[in-house]
Amino acid sequence: MTRKSSVFLSAIAAQSAILGLLLLHAAISTRTHPPELTEKRALVKALHLTDLCLFTEARYTRHLSQADLSTPFQDHPISLEHFPSGSFLGAPENIRKINEELD
Amino acid sequence: MKSWIEKQKYIIDFTLSSLLRRKVKNIGLLILYALIVFILASVMFFTHAIKKEASLVLRESPEMIVQKVVAGRHDLMPLRYRDEILKIRGVQAVEGRLWGYYFDPVFGANYTLLVPPATTATEQAETEPMRTVVTENEHRHGPEEQAMPLVGAETIGAGNIVIGNGIARVRNAGKGEFILFRTHAGEGMPLRIKDTLSSASELVSSDLILMTEPDFRRFFGIPENYVTDLAVSVRNPEELSTIAAKITRLFPDSRPIIRDEILRTYDSIFNWRGGMMIVILSAAVLAFVIFAWDKASGLSAGERREIGILKAIGWETSDIIRMKFWEGAVISLTAFLAGVILAYIHVFFTHSLVFEPALKGWSTLYPQFKLMPFVSAEQLTTLFFLTVVPYTVSTIVPAWRAATIDPDAAMRHTGE
Repeated sequence: MTRKSSVFLSAIAAQSAILGLLLLHAAISTRTHPPELTEKRALVKALHLTDLCLFTEARYTRHLSQADLSTPFQDHPISLEHFPSGSFLGAPENIRKINEELD
Repeated sequence: MKSWIEKQKYIIDFTLSSLLRRKVKNIGLLILYALIVFILASVMFFTHAIKKEASLVLRESPEMIVQKVVAGRHDLMPLRYRDEILKIRGVQAVEGRLWGYYFDPVFGANYTLLVPPATTATEQAETEPMRTVVTENEHRHGPEEQAMPLVGAETIGAGNIVIGNGIARVRNAGKGEFILFRTHAGEGMPLRIKDTLSSASELVSSDLILMTEPDFRRFFGIPENYVTDLAVSVRNPEELSTIAAKITRLFPDSRPIIRDEILRTYDSIFNWRGGMMIVILSAAVLAFVIFAWDKASGLSAGERREIGILKAIGWETSDIIRMKFWEGAVISLTAFLAGVILAYIHVFFTHSLVFEPALKGWSTLYPQFKLMPFVSAEQLTTLFFLTVVPYTVSTIVPAWRAATIDPDAAMRHTGE
């Protein structure tokens, strides 16, 4: 009968091997810039783009770096944000300083 | 060495038998543990990969964007600003950018309308065609169809548009079809889809609509002498902040945005401290920590009696500590490896399936993108020390305390 320790050590070895293969996959995929990345960079350069197209729900979430200074994200670190993407975004560094207590 | 390995294997055998006696409890712990590692690792992989990709892609964005601010809001930029900025020493070129938003009430989607820079067409005409940038509508046609080379305004042509793949997907529209837009004056304006931007570039182009300058001005009613903002390039990148200061002095109502600021914005977006997901996650992690701590550190009377019996039959304190070490290691190592492997598959092979609803939010147009697997050894080490080490250590300490007391006292301890 196979010993329990042998089964466990084989399982750990198999898991480690899979993780090793995945890390190898990561290393190979990122070693050289793949065509997709080159393509995105070319498009950003050609069209003078400034932002990633991640959140298209509002203009200030679509172009985060170009948003007005008075948009919810940039108003105040604790200003209420009603879009779900607000849960991912933090206030910019320059306004994170608290000027006075609010309550 | 061989005898040492054999001894460890015997201890592992004993530990596994001991764990299997409390099968349901330990398997439950293992699944919960793996799930926590999976979520933590997924967040780590996703945030790191997207930050890295953003920094690589947006490094090609304009060196400086200058906006005009009126009453605290982004306003149209008069072209005379461009001429004045061009006179500043060190400024190489200033180009007006024309872009804006259009809400499509039929599909409830926001589009970004953009005029390709005038130079793009000329530059591209001089160089080899960019075959990879624009392709046929990929979701409707086979990949065997030829890629279309240019995105310049001159090649788009009046009355035509080039659309992002996200728009093509949402509208189920393809090359040659017309999209009816409503201009600022309320008139209908049909524009023909000349081409679709490739799906590989969706992370930057999913909601884009490229059109010619006359079409854009007619669409939004923007006068000839105005643009949305200015893209400034300088001779020496070291002087960027000096030039930005000069622009602000020259035009106090302007707002220069340097490329570094754009990159920093994206660096801080998916930060660990940011938002609801991490707050919810930290509650889950805290619950797990309490559960694991209770399981690992609080020895039950039965376990204490077991230690007493083992000592009485000749086990040494070091053997008991070794057994408890393996007990912690078996659970934490298995859960760690399983969690990390699943997280990698989740983020880099299944397009972050679990995070997608949260990332999409209320967006109708969401890009379908595949992140490049940027994984660092630092991430895995941090995760390992945050998960495996504390659990293993917390199983050893109480066992050591129990193992150092008299076996008789340990066995006589109050029953379960």
